[in-house]
Amino acid sequence: MAPASTPTPAPVHPARTRARAGGGGHRATARRRGPGRLRRIGLPYLLLLPALLFELLVHLVPMVVGVLISFKALTQLYLTQWVHAPWAGLGNYRIVVDFNGAIGQALLHSFVVTCAFTAIAVSLSWLFGCAAAILAQDSFRGRGLLRAIFLTPYALPAYTSVITWAFMFQYNNGLINYVLHNELGITSSPTFWLLGDNSFIALVTVSVWRNWPFAFLVVMAGLQSIPRELYEAAAIDGAGVRQQIRLITMPSLRPVNQVLVLVLFLWTFNDFTTPYVLFGNGAPPPADVISMHIYDASFLTWNFGEGSAMSVLLLLFLLVVSGGYLLFTSRRRNA
Amino acid sequence: MPRPSPIAMFAIAAALAATVAGCSSSTSASTSTSTSTAAGSTITYWASDQGSSIADDHTVLNPELAKFTKQTGIKVKLEVIGWPDLLNRITAATASGQGPDVVNIGNTWSASLQATGALLPWSSQNFSAIGGESKFVSSAVGSTGAAGKPPAAVPLYSVAYALYYNKALFQQAGIAGPPVTWADLIADGKKLTHGSVYGLALEAGSIPENIHNAFIFAQQHGCSFFSPSGAPTYTLPGCVQGVQQFVNLMGTDKIVSPGDAEYDQNQSVSDFASGKAAMLMWQAAGANLKAHGMSTSQYGVAPVPVQSGVPGQGTSVDSMVAGINMAIFKDTHNLAAAEKFVQFMTSPAEQTILSKEYGSIPPVSAAQQNAAFATPELTVLKNVLATSAVAMPQVAGESQFEQLVGTAVKNLFADAVSGPVSAQTVEQQLSSAQQQMTG
Repeated sequence: MAPASTPTPAPVHPARTRARAGGGGHRATARRRGPGRLRRIGLPYLLLLPALLFELLVHLVPMVVGVLISFKALTQLYLTQWVHAPWAGLGNYRIVVDFNGAIGQALLHSFVVTCAFTAIAVSLSWLFGCAAAILAQDSFRGRGLLRAIFLTPYALPAYTSVITWAFMFQYNNGLINYVLHNELGITSSPTFWLLGDNSFIALVTVSVWRNWPFAFLVVMAGLQSIPRELYEAAAIDGAGVRQQIRLITMPSLRPVNQVLVLVLFLWTFNDFTTPYVLFGNGAPPPADVISMHIYDASFLTWNFGEGSAMSVLLLLFLLVVSGGYLLFTSRRRNA
Repeated sequence: MPRPSPIAMFAIAAALAATVAGCSSSTSASTSTSTSTAAGSTITYWASDQGSSIADDHTVLNPELAKFTKQTGIKVKLEVIGWPDLLNRITAATASGQGPDVVNIGNTWSASLQATGALLPWSSQNFSAIGGESKFVSSAVGSTGAAGKPPAAVPLYSVAYALYYNKALFQQAGIAGPPVTWADLIADGKKLTHGSVYGLALEAGSIPENIHNAFIFAQQHGCSFFSPSGAPTYTLPGCVQGVQQFVNLMGTDKIVSPGDAEYDQNQSVSDFASGKAAMLMWQAAGANLKAHGMSTSQYGVAPVPVQSGVPGQGTSVDSMVAGINMAIFKDTHNLAAAEKFVQFMTSPAEQTILSKEYGSIPPVSAAQQNAAFATPELTVLKNVLATSAVAMPQVAGESQFEQLVGTAVKNLFADAVSGPVSAQTVEQQLSSAQQQMTG
């Protein structure tokens, strides 16, 4: 999915939420004003209704069905009448979290790989994005061109760019081995990038390459709102560049970064296109991220019940992490 | 293409939910004995990709479909589906009940799809509508579903594995003829391997190719991956030895380029065609090699080696019964038209035309006699199918088996690139695959 299509949620300011909660008296007045007023208030909701219906249809209903399937023993035997597949109770969940069994063990391994992958890829994307945005903040000749070039990976269709990376990583004819081994002679023999442990490096590389322009874009936008006077005042007080970044830039970017890191985390954790296009069916174990793992478990071995149970657990995990993250970062800001 | 997130499960669930109505309201057509004329109706046909491209398939099939429409008045809506998508599409159609009328399937999927109940069982009554079961070659009928049940599909194209070898490279290395035992193949392979040229090319990153080869090697060690009752037995010594022998063609014998461990886009065929490898084990590679510019005079075709040197049954099998089957979806609203179409496609005349185009062998006895199938390559393949090929396990868990063991072998090749693979490693991988077999 093109990341561009996901709107960046605006950070909800806690103070504003409180103000809204306190406005109950105002609403009570409105209710007393009769049907004309009601109709006027009702109109926006009426206009929202189609969107709400589609939201239900596209997101909520499938999610509920997915949760239901996770309690069913839905295998190939029941595909034609999947509604009548027998209930499995918590059976699917017991199998996927039984870390002594092969399925649970594989899921746990995949989960650890995904966490490591996400932590590294998000940190690097954020670091590159931030550094590039700060460096490109002061105007210089060719800045516009440079910014445009930086954004190219973000503008390319995911499939096209990842398949190009897959070609570049090839053992026999890949560009990367050609440069590292044949031209520069850095490695004594060609390297396998898409097999074994190196596949993790390949996956992180492509993911960072795809996501850092987004970090760059968002931080760049955030930088525009920092008043120049702050930097001028700091410079007069004798602060160096490093101090300016640490004391002015970073604190001012906090609300932007809060959302940016969360969005990057969710995208990276859930990314399916990158590993699927890079490795095809059956990712190498060191790069067997959870989205691929669930796909293999459900669609290739036709065990939709277990696949759904894994999805539900993943959903719960992401909910807890996102909620905890928002709570933690907002509280720190208020303190 | 799958949706790019694990929430894909939910998306599919949505698709399923939206079609509940269709699922419950559609009635099975298998009981229908309507003999009303099917002329003027339209049926949908999902063809598998048999040519060098999907466009090529259209070129081959469209004139034949036009012929069928002219004969019967039934129109056929053709969709050619690539191999990576075909099973997913059939699975989705099975769940929704909104499938095509007629579909091509890989013959190894027969038992798995049979277990879903989505395909029309070929009872003797249904068989008689298309000219009887006896018109097919019996080895091909052996790969159409679980034993003791009416077949879920009928054979359409047959192929088998053979060893293709580069005559010029063999001559240069002073090798008189193709190897008949694995010891010969390894010895020849070592003579042929030098510089950037390797003795043998393998599609070692491909799950289907790996599972076929692993199955044959295990058979040669007396293990068939499933007990007679259908329970998985992947860790029996024969299976471990077979898989180990296969992956160590790269790991120990070093007659396969380590780079082959990444191949899953038929790169091994182009390596063979371009002379980068001297041997190739492939199913009916002739048409494919021609597309790569290799003429029939440049390569020889022989049966794949066996341990004993003499192909036969039991531990001397040298190929799986490979091929394409044709099935009718149970939910078809036009059984009579669908059966007429299957009869047409499996008629000797059409079988001759289509198999000629695709370089396969017709599984219909009357068509097999045609002189067009007496080329050196097809003679070898025909003989393999008749005497030394064995069907892949006809059990409901077959597609799971292909996926899990195929992936295990792919991972073992990732180990083999850096040296010999131990029996213990093989056993671990197979054991993990076996434990993941469910349902």
